[in-house]
Amino acid sequence: MHHDISGALKRFIGENFMFRDEAESLADDTSFLDAGIIDSTGVLELVCFLENSFGIEVTDEEMLPQNLDSIRAITAYVGRKLAALPQLAAA
Amino acid sequence: MCGIAGFLALSGAFAPVPAPARVLGAMADALAHRGPDDRGIHVNGPAGLAHRRLSIVDLSSAGHQPFASSDGSVVVSFNGEIFNYLELRRELEGRGHVFRSHSDTETIVEAYRASGPACVESFNGDFAYALWDSRARRLVLARDRMGVRPLYYAMAGGALVFASEVKAILEYPGMRAELDPVALDQTFTFWFPLAPRTPWKGILELPPGHQLVAEGGRVRVERYWSLAFPERSEARADSRSEGEIAEALEALLEDATRIRLRADVPVGAYLSGGFDSSATTALAKRVGAGRLRTFSVGFESAEFDESAYQREVVDALGTEHTALACRREHIGACFPEVVRHAERPMLRTAPAPLFLLAREVRASGFKVVVTGEGADEVFGGYDVFKEAKVRRFWARQPTSAWRPALLRRLYPYLAGVQAQSLEYLRAFFRTGLERAGDPLFSHLPRFELTRRARRFYSPELQASLAGYDAMEELRTALPAEFSRWHPLSQAQYLESAYLLPGYILAAQGDRVAMAHAVEGRFPFLDHRVVEFAARIPPRLKLKGLREKHILRRALGRHLPASIGERPKQPYRAPDSESFAQAPYVEELFSARAISEAGFFSAAAAAKLRAKCRASGPIGVGDNMAFVGILSTQLLHSQYVQGALSGRAERAAAALV
Repeated sequence: MHHDISGALKRFIGENFMFRDEAESLADDTSFLDAGIIDSTGVLELVCFLENSFGIEVTDEEMLPQNLDSIRAITAYVGRKLAALPQLAAA
Repeated sequence: MCGIAGFLALSGAFAPVPAPARVLGAMADALAHRGPDDRGIHVNGPAGLAHRRLSIVDLSSAGHQPFASSDGSVVVSFNGEIFNYLELRRELEGRGHVFRSHSDTETIVEAYRASGPACVESFNGDFAYALWDSRARRLVLARDRMGVRPLYYAMAGGALVFASEVKAILEYPGMRAELDPVALDQTFTFWFPLAPRTPWKGILELPPGHQLVAEGGRVRVERYWSLAFPERSEARADSRSEGEIAEALEALLEDATRIRLRADVPVGAYLSGGFDSSATTALAKRVGAGRLRTFSVGFESAEFDESAYQREVVDALGTEHTALACRREHIGACFPEVVRHAERPMLRTAPAPLFLLAREVRASGFKVVVTGEGADEVFGGYDVFKEAKVRRFWARQPTSAWRPALLRRLYPYLAGVQAQSLEYLRAFFRTGLERAGDPLFSHLPRFELTRRARRFYSPELQASLAGYDAMEELRTALPAEFSRWHPLSQAQYLESAYLLPGYILAAQGDRVAMAHAVEGRFPFLDHRVVEFAARIPPRLKLKGLREKHILRRALGRHLPASIGERPKQPYRAPDSESFAQAPYVEELFSARAISEAGFFSAAAAAKLRAKCRASGPIGVGDNMAFVGILSTQLLHSQYVQGALSGRAERAAAALV
């Protein structure tokens, strides 16, 4: 599961935020903010992507850099959100 | 309002080109859109002047230009208005000068005869003129203080060549269009090149408040006016009470509006529904003749549309109103023409709806409109001023939890900002927080956001810019006393002396209005108003986080309460979404076209285009990059590859 999340994420980041470079060059713990990969609308684009792709709802309180600022942080965050949806996982 | 052009051979007594009248004719005709009513050329020894006329003051043939003094020794080609010409004329007549016409053009000639090139200091107006004094063998080019009217020049084959627009200079034999990489980098940082640099190699802009004097084979460019603020520590600021300042300001704005209604044709007004244009409309209605015709743009999307406010002001002031419904596809359809007129890369589409509005104004039979432009610069209206105030307050206690919470109060009209958690807002606005002493402190987040477009530069462009830092060049260009001004004054200076003439008054002002021979008039940019406002204490402009406080105090009571207290919503238009159906985008973003122009990475540009075509949210940074690349590609295709390039060479070839 984590592998799928991070693969889909890398593709999304590569297509939408990394215009010059290949997404493969992005390390799992690179900070999107520090690397200048993401701007203010980029956060919203990212949230839309996570909600559409993984069927989760990102609440206002969760829109934080510690959840969304690297491949590793997002993978962990989305993993936690999915685990909290037992009925969906069962279906 | 008009277009001017001409040349001067810097050595020798004769015109620098064979068939000078033909060259002047071609230069004038490149400006035909600016002056459809009349055309004139004048060749005298080494000098040639050309003119295209839009008749506004003295519609008779006595207003024909180039205009010569009665003895023929002084000839002027003039674009714009000297609003205080009646007062100047009375003064000059009192000193024995005799006038033959009722035009403000003759006032320039007589004022020059009375006081030489220094006459420019007596003019209150929006002007660009070329004056040839055949006795002194002196050419003077002058431009208004705020940069309302354009004036460009270049050196070509031993001649000084000048015109209202670059396209006319390109008609001069030997000139060709080539985009300047440094200007491009400045545009992708500030939205405009730093004057006198222009987007075009070898072509310079005469900066606002400057004049150029060419005599004895030498050319000197002198500043005759500059925007200055009182020193922070000094009590040179206006010390009167708030009420007294507001009262004096109202009287001054009334006079600035009154002289801006002088015309022998009807004057209309732009009405956006915001405070500033509502205020100028109310002023025009009060000091002018009863009925007033107003014009506005409306958008499909509630994010940009201000129609409800426009209707409210129209009802309250009783104007006869025309609202133009601007759809996204209209912007996409006219954008190439907008870029061709603006002659510069642009990062926003906002000039396009104003181009369409000017067309509507003209079709309604109007040549002149009063607008509210300038109030945000002069009285502190933009959100960037509030942003800087909050960031500066925060920078003094960087660990404070509640100081950055004020960031919530910024940009209420930007969904991308409003939807953010405080932690993300902190992350985005902390750019340069530790650099409180940087003269560009107020604008660092904006410049950094704009500069994200550098990700699209080609390796060649990156290489040609190696070691160049546009922000450092701007820091170096600032006046010596800048660091002693109040932080709000510093930020206002960056907006008023740079963004205003560099982008707002040019791409979004003169060029799109004059594309349809419509002249904008700006009461807030009367230099008496600008000088008065500079002395108003900063705390009365941005009171807490209430923008343009003193202006609201001065004029608010003439407006509906909802408008008088309405927070600033800057004028914006839909950007990349406007091009979904524009047929030319695919070709301009093709790998071949991108590589041919050479400025951008084809792969990166293709990714950006794909992202903009998808239905997701597009941020400010991506939108700016997309529009910037598109407009640069358009310029390359229109001016460098297209019909305009090489036309002068062909014309020159035809002469030999």
